Amino acid sequence: MDSPTSEKKFKSMNRRELLKLTPILALGAFAIPKLQEPLLKAGLGFSDWASDKLFRTGHLAQTFADSELTPFEKFPINDYDVDDPGVDFDKWTLTVAGSVQKPGDYTLAQIRALPKFTQNTRHVCVEGWDVVGRFSGARLSDFLQAIGADTTARFVYVECADDYYESLDMATALHPQTLLCYDMYDQPLTREHGAPLRLTVPTKIGYKQAKYLTDLKVTNVLQKVGYWEDQGYSGFYGL
Amino acid sequence: MENLVATAVLEIESAKTGETTPAVCEHPFVVRFCHWLNAVALFVMVGSGLQIFRAFPSFGAKIPQKDLLNWPKSFAIGGWLGGALQWHLTFMWIYIATGVVYLGYQVFSGNYRQVLFVPGDVRGVWPMARHYFFFGPKPPAREAYNPLQKLAYTSAVVLGILSALTGLAIWKPVQFSWLAWLLGGFHLARLWHFVVMWAILGFLFGHLVMVVLHGWNNFVSMLTGWKKDPDYAPR
Repeated sequence: MDSPTSEKKFKSMNRRELLKLTPILALGAFAIPKLQEPLLKAGLGFSDWASDKLFRTGHLAQTFADSELTPFEKFPINDYDVDDPGVDFDKWTLTVAGSVQKPGDYTLAQIRALPKFTQNTRHVCVEGWDVVGRFSGARLSDFLQAIGADTTARFVYVECADDYYESLDMATALHPQTLLCYDMYDQPLTREHGAPLRLTVPTKIGYKQAKYLTDLKVTNVLQKVGYWEDQGYSGFYGL
Repeated sequence: MENLVATAVLEIESAKTGETTPAVCEHPFVVRFCHWLNAVALFVMVGSGLQIFRAFPSFGAKIPQKDLLNWPKSFAIGGWLGGALQWHLTFMWIYIATGVVYLGYQVFSGNYRQVLFVPGDVRGVWPMARHYFFFGPKPPAREAYNPLQKLAYTSAVVLGILSALTGLAIWKPVQFSWLAWLLGGFHLARLWHFVVMWAILGFLFGHLVMVVLHGWNNFVSMLTGWKKDPDYAPR
């Protein structure tokens, strides 16, 4: 054993060891109102960046047997304001703009003419509940091809009849389970569920499944990310 | 005792009497740093998690919704669901990083041997529990951690890992579908995440009670590393 250490030296040694923990106090920055918002924004941004890296284009969301479906009447109706924004179905078109070769107005018949896919997939709400629903529609990737979209652009942005708006990263937009959905449970969409056209994106959280679509834009720049995202929710929120 | 870890030991000489007292370094810097950083992260994770839970305080169906409990807002962090998610998705990285660094350090330094609960510790658990809870005689201390402590801290690490895995399953149920499947699907994974949180809080309650009752020296050694005059023979 070494020669004895003086009490004084031992105390200063202890003090030094204690001081080495002080960098942890830097977390106190989260308690400073001015710094809190940018710090949390950076943290959420990092999570979104990691989420983007974790997303695998070829990986499908789980699909379910018909017996596992949530009964249609128990499929929750979630809006940010109205259940029915009063869409005039006769005049309805999907207005396409942005980095596409064929911009303009597309009718529901044109979208229904694309190959139809049906899937029983899980819908997960950011609140924490989840249901399994049956959704049918055209693949967004097929529609993007039909309108001659530049799929090297970064985002697909949509607007809705109730002033809701959303965006998808291109990788998610091109995912085979991302649908422009017009049927739910083998029936045309009801008004509360987003008639005549909504998004179904089983690789994303519920608030990305925008209803009552009216406009679609292919773009590299987002002025707005989404109704909830712009209030502080995750912009990517991939499941 | 083969599983005793050789730690740094000093003889401290009193300036007044010239007598020496042994002091032992129980906790390497990495362990202490991770401990306190993880403590802050855990505090935020629980607080923000409870706020997230308030958005749907149930494990049943949305319709008809049966609320389990409406957790008071004063016990939560974030103020609203979106805010709580920001805290949760920020501090989870600190929570996980401290866990990974701690575990990596313990394994590679061999320091885990002082705290890992091994089969040989089983017979020492009951005498220790009898001492703590039923006023039994105090078993002689032989190392930094007694068998009951090893059991508690090893369980806490397992719970920490489970909290991260159950959290990952509900954050990314599609990308980590195998994990969600192992936990019985997204719906159950959310329940397990909640249960694991309460188990961690249970551990934390016991941990803090012990610190208050027995642990001033232990508390100091988690800050400075050093424990003066330990009640076991240092080596």
